[in-house]
Amino acid sequence: MYTKDGEKYFIVDSHMHFWNAAPDNWVPGAEQYAKGWIECFHAYQSLGPKETHWPIEKFQKYSEDDLMKDVFGDGHVDVAVFQPTYLKEWYAEGFNTTERNAALGEKHPGMFVANTRFDPRDGDAGLDELRRNVERYGSRGVKLYTAEWNNGSRGYKLSDPAAYRYLEAAQQLGIKNIHVHKGPTIWPLDKDAFDVSDVDHAATDFPGLNFIVEHVGLPRIEDFCFMATQEPNVYAGLSVVIGGLMHARPKFFAKVMGELLFWVGEDKMTFGSDYGIWEPKWQVEGFIDWDYPSDEFSDYPRVTTATKKKILGLNAARLYDIKVPDECQLPASSGTPAAKDDAQLVSDS
Amino acid sequence: MTITADVASAAWAALAGVRDPELDEPITALKFVASCTVSPGGEAQVRLRLPTYFCAPNFAYLMVADAYDAVAAVPGVGRAEVILEDHFAADAINDGVAAQAGFVGSFTGEAIAELDELRAAFLRKAVMAGTDQVCRPLLAELQAAGTDPAALRSLSLGDVPPSPQLDRLRRRRADLGLPAGDESPLLIDPESGAVVSAEAVPLHLRRARVTRAGIEANTSICSGMLRQRYPSDPQ
Repeated sequence: MYTKDGEKYFIVDSHMHFWNAAPDNWVPGAEQYAKGWIECFHAYQSLGPKETHWPIEKFQKYSEDDLMKDVFGDGHVDVAVFQPTYLKEWYAEGFNTTERNAALGEKHPGMFVANTRFDPRDGDAGLDELRRNVERYGSRGVKLYTAEWNNGSRGYKLSDPAAYRYLEAAQQLGIKNIHVHKGPTIWPLDKDAFDVSDVDHAATDFPGLNFIVEHVGLPRIEDFCFMATQEPNVYAGLSVVIGGLMHARPKFFAKVMGELLFWVGEDKMTFGSDYGIWEPKWQVEGFIDWDYPSDEFSDYPRVTTATKKKILGLNAARLYDIKVPDECQLPASSGTPAAKDDAQLVSDS
Repeated sequence: MTITADVASAAWAALAGVRDPELDEPITALKFVASCTVSPGGEAQVRLRLPTYFCAPNFAYLMVADAYDAVAAVPGVGRAEVILEDHFAADAINDGVAAQAGFVGSFTGEAIAELDELRAAFLRKAVMAGTDQVCRPLLAELQAAGTDPAALRSLSLGDVPPSPQLDRLRRRRADLGLPAGDESPLLIDPESGAVVSAEAVPLHLRRARVTRAGIEANTSICSGMLRQRYPSDPQ
């Protein structure tokens, strides 16, 4: 919990990681990809405040103690949602797996939500693994990285028949939340891998699932925004938006926030620090202090204390049925966090 | 100035005509050109680098191929070589462009078409973003005068005060084969070229604005990443 000016904020970090990207985990023959991936992530960290930058050695493999201190001790987070990314073609034990996350989570009951993942190209064996993970870790959400390389394939779409088979199975297992992360590769490679129209199809066909598009579809914010107005079960995951823009490019951060508040709405935006890329402390404190920097942004929806409480925790708490202390709740007049029908629907008329 | 230096400077100028299709900016302004040299024998060599090891291979291919075409066409250049550095698909792209194999030929089994449709889709985004750049000052004037923004619909390109943004919008429209002359409507659908209907004007302008915001945010992240990746370069 974070208190500022008498207001109490319940903080849910809905997108964070506990990874091992050190050389001891690199797959022989794929070292260049393992190294390239973590160096790319490390460069993202440079977009945050200088005093929060880590040396590459710590960034490759931070400790449990680092995470607990950065996220909970200093970072004001009440509950954190692990979002696994496997990349087993590059990292021998996986980059950031359900098991690795859950092993830490089990030491700290109530502080973590252990999401799992699936890859629709893994066939029946992948479905069995998904079932085992849900049973063992109680996962209510999955993280899907559509650009993952898998046995010669460079990626998939959520609209693929195999993906639908997995989404059906996930729903039957009690999964509610589908976190989607787009990347630079897909089949076929001539299409735009960041295109979000496959999420649009899946969201229409699975109205009982929530689709949280991480990084708000970056670098396709415009396509994401327009899609989100048409699909009541699509949410905006703010990881990278706050971490990558709020400090480095405040003017563009204001524009992007204004657009998201207009198209998607404050009930459907969720904070995620993307830890270990960025520590949550400066993001939470900075966002609570944030407002549009000038009159240039007067056309955009206003940002209130209620807006920030929803984005920083109440929306994600609703998606994951996390109990929020009464003192952090909003009055009924502030609307219902994560409410699907509060999205501003925009039509052509 | 020597003849070689003249050719090198012409090659650099040609590279300034090559754009990142996603960011709609010249690769020279984005600092993606690490070096460009021409030997006394007329052999040009260009080195390109991108913000990350994993930048999308289709856009990377377009930039390498466009750079090759631009430099190879410079008078005095006998042979051109473009090398993308520090990228996961560098070998496939560099070899494919050198062999003039096309995108499908460079990524055997991984691609089913060339990149014309991808390029066109991003030109349409550039048209939308350019529409916001041109219309935003006009909207401020209309707002101050209490006039309905739908009034923009009756303007043609020739009615808009000259500006670099307007020139750029015209060029992007022309690249797509869309009307770009003085008599052409200011607000058109970037797919069909048809004038935007009066009731669709507010949504059209909103989409133009969010498209511009998206491209600007991407550009700012990419430039920050590039600066971190190549910190010792003169910027």
